[in-house]
Amino acid sequence: MRTRRAVILGGVAGALAFTLGLGAWRSRGTAPATDPRLPLPIAEMDFTLTDQCGATVRPSDWIGRPTMIFFGFTFCPDVCPTTLSDISGWLEDLGPEADRLNVTLISVDPERDTPAVLSDYLANFDPRITGLTGPLAEVERAAAGLRASFEKVPRDGDYTVNHTAGVFLFHPDGRFASIIDYHEDRRFAVPKIRRTLS
Amino acid sequence: MRTPILAALLSLVGLPAMACETFTIGNLMIEHAWSRATIGAERPGVLYVEITNTGSADDALVGIATPVAEMPMLHETVVTDGVASMPHAMSVPVPAGQTVALAPGGYHGMLMGLTTTLKEGEGFPVTLTFRDAGEVTVPVEVLSMQAEGPDCEHAGQ
Ligand SMILES: [Cu+2]
Repeated sequence: MRTRRAVILGGVAGALAFTLGLGAWRSRGTAPATDPRLPLPIAEMDFTLTDQCGATVRPSDWIGRPTMIFFGFTFCPDVCPTTLSDISGWLEDLGPEADRLNVTLISVDPERDTPAVLSDYLANFDPRITGLTGPLAEVERAAAGLRASFEKVPRDGDYTVNHTAGVFLFHPDGRFASIIDYHEDRRFAVPKIRRTLS
Repeated sequence: MRTPILAALLSLVGLPAMACETFTIGNLMIEHAWSRATIGAERPGVLYVEITNTGSADDALVGIATPVAEMPMLHETVVTDGVASMPHAMSVPVPAGQTVALAPGGYHGMLMGLTTTLKEGEGFPVTLTFRDAGEVTVPVEVLSMQAEGPDCEHAGQ
């Protein structure tokens, strides 16, 4: 089967590199595969990471439930707690319906973010949010699949990590659904998530 | 580790809802100074505050200092092509007649080299240095890590 689906990415100014305004992409099983600017379907992603409880997680584990993925790190005092706080708010708005979602933070600072560190950090937010870390190469594979980027930047004798700030949404069958931009209004975020739940 | 002086300073400003008090220096009104709780002192803390310039001349926030951080600095979060970074800000403009917010996702005080864990419900002083108005020290309220700002509507102000 060959489907074409219009995808509207967030309209916030200065939006994502791969913001198309209106783009199109073909579903799995069609060659040539996907628009190279859009995240791969989850079924085509390939990486192995560890969650905050120490369990191994692969993208195939997410198939069957809608999935929300975003990047961050625990040494990030502004953007990351804000994103986690926003997501906690969205999950609260959605209520028990959101129990079906896979909600996953992927650390872009696996060097410092061990599973134990992620566990301490995530205890401050909605318990439905899980955190993944692992070898840098695996985090890079995850970012590549999502067409996301991150970069370690030296800073004042330490370092920080610039990273893609949007939240990626996928349908239960793993097809990419949409992105919630960093500065997007909550009024738009919750309906976007709801669309992956129905 | 917390020094006795620091502990005294923290308790001195450890009153509830302090983020809802207003402080003035010259024509500047300083409100809603808050921070987020940290896990330990290893990770940087953050400072948010609102500054209203009621005067007719522009000013600028040029520096911050606090006993809880060895290297406090001004940053601005910018999202370019979907990627967030936080370059140094030399100063934060406070134009005449306007309110400028250091707020999540924009300008913020970055508290590098914390000397203590920032605990929810506690407070610490911060000295804001303005180009023209000079220095003012205000208490900062530490809210939860999940906080998006102080709730002053219900604080009896
Ligand atoms: Cu910063």
